[in-house]
Amino acid sequence: MAEVNSGGDDGGKGKKKRPKKGSTRIDMTPMVDLAFLLLTFFILATTLSKPKTMEIVYPKKVDKVEDKMELNDKLANTLLLGAKDDQVYFYPGKFKLDTTTLDKVDLSKDGLRKLLIERNKNVLAVIKDLETKYINHQIADSTFKRLRSKAKGDDKAPFFIVKTLDKTKYKIVIDVIDEMNISNVGKYAVVDMSEAEKIALKRETKE
Amino acid sequence: MPKIKMPRSSPSLDMTPMVDLAFLLVTFFMLTSKFRANEPVVVDPPSSSSNILLPENVMLITIDTAGRVFFDLTGKDVRRKMLEAVSGKYKVNFTEQQYQRFSVMGTFGMPVAALPNYINAGEKERMKMDAGAPGIPIDSANNELADWIMQGYGASERDLSAKGLEGKALKERRIRYAIKADGQTNYLKVRKVIDIFREREIFQFNLITNLKGGPADLPK
Repeated sequence: MAEVNSGGDDGGKGKKKRPKKGSTRIDMTPMVDLAFLLLTFFILATTLSKPKTMEIVYPKKVDKVEDKMELNDKLANTLLLGAKDDQVYFYPGKFKLDTTTLDKVDLSKDGLRKLLIERNKNVLAVIKDLETKYINHQIADSTFKRLRSKAKGDDKAPFFIVKTLDKTKYKIVIDVIDEMNISNVGKYAVVDMSEAEKIALKRETKE
Repeated sequence: MPKIKMPRSSPSLDMTPMVDLAFLLVTFFMLTSKFRANEPVVVDPPSSSSNILLPENVMLITIDTAGRVFFDLTGKDVRRKMLEAVSGKYKVNFTEQQYQRFSVMGTFGMPVAALPNYINAGEKERMKMDAGAPGIPIDSANNELADWIMQGYGASERDLSAKGLEGKALKERRIRYAIKADGQTNYLKVRKVIDIFREREIFQFNLITNLKGGPADLPK
């Protein structure tokens, strides 16, 4: 078997073998080095958090004209998104090439969000009411969620149509949808821009 | 003035607590970690205030700034079944070894015909191929993405029913569709992909975004 010879000075003279009285401490530096090396590796190689996502439901494709839903012009709001980051335009109601004027809005807190909240104030009032009830434990969690989505999808709630160009960047579309979610706008859709709207947008951006 | 005497003590200090802590952390990271999947393209998604987490079982479509489309699906068995179905349709044969490699692979952006070579390639070679990857064809004449979507969906459904899941458990485990696009990608490219889904009666998506810093509160 394996045997360790600890020098030859005590061999053969009949002296009793004594264990060395050394310190019980061992040098832990290499172990610490290794531990931290592994730690660093795992920290760098792992994905700590799952990515965040935004849920969105797209409408079904409708080909036949008679299947298309009749929309109430009073509740309609349209946002036109241009090719550049700051080109977001708004008009309420139905589009008429000669009379509709486009209002430029920016994506800041006082721009688009203010506009959405202003348009959506009836729904927001209902939701605020629900929230106070929920905080005071008057309604349950599931009831709160159900009533909130009902308020968002109410027949009288305004709806927003987001229209894009071929060159519109994905980022602006997401920014605008995000603003809708923040302002509790439940009814919105992302569609293509009509030719007339493209002309109006071009006139506005002077391109 | 008395001379200041420095205390003479050994410079070594007790490292045991530090070692304990280090190993505790190592153990924690080893057990909780999921390794970062090798991504063939770098995509910088736009930010939003939404904080919904990405679900467990997802079909992930990645779209880069140039509009190239990449495909990924979670689940080893599901991937294998999907590739079997696609292989039958496109008459491209794969060996057993290739099936196994594909089932643990990540995102890919290759036409089916180029896939066997891509699977065979080593790590470095594959990275080179990814840089020049044409993306999965999505035009109406040669819509391979649609086949991946349908076969992936079919494989996932078969897998779930084989596991005998029902009701709420089935609903939770059912595959979700995630889209990860770069903020600078033209929306048109994203819409083309979404339209392919819509033509196949899939309407709900998870758009992957970065979390925007700070709370998104309403102005008073």
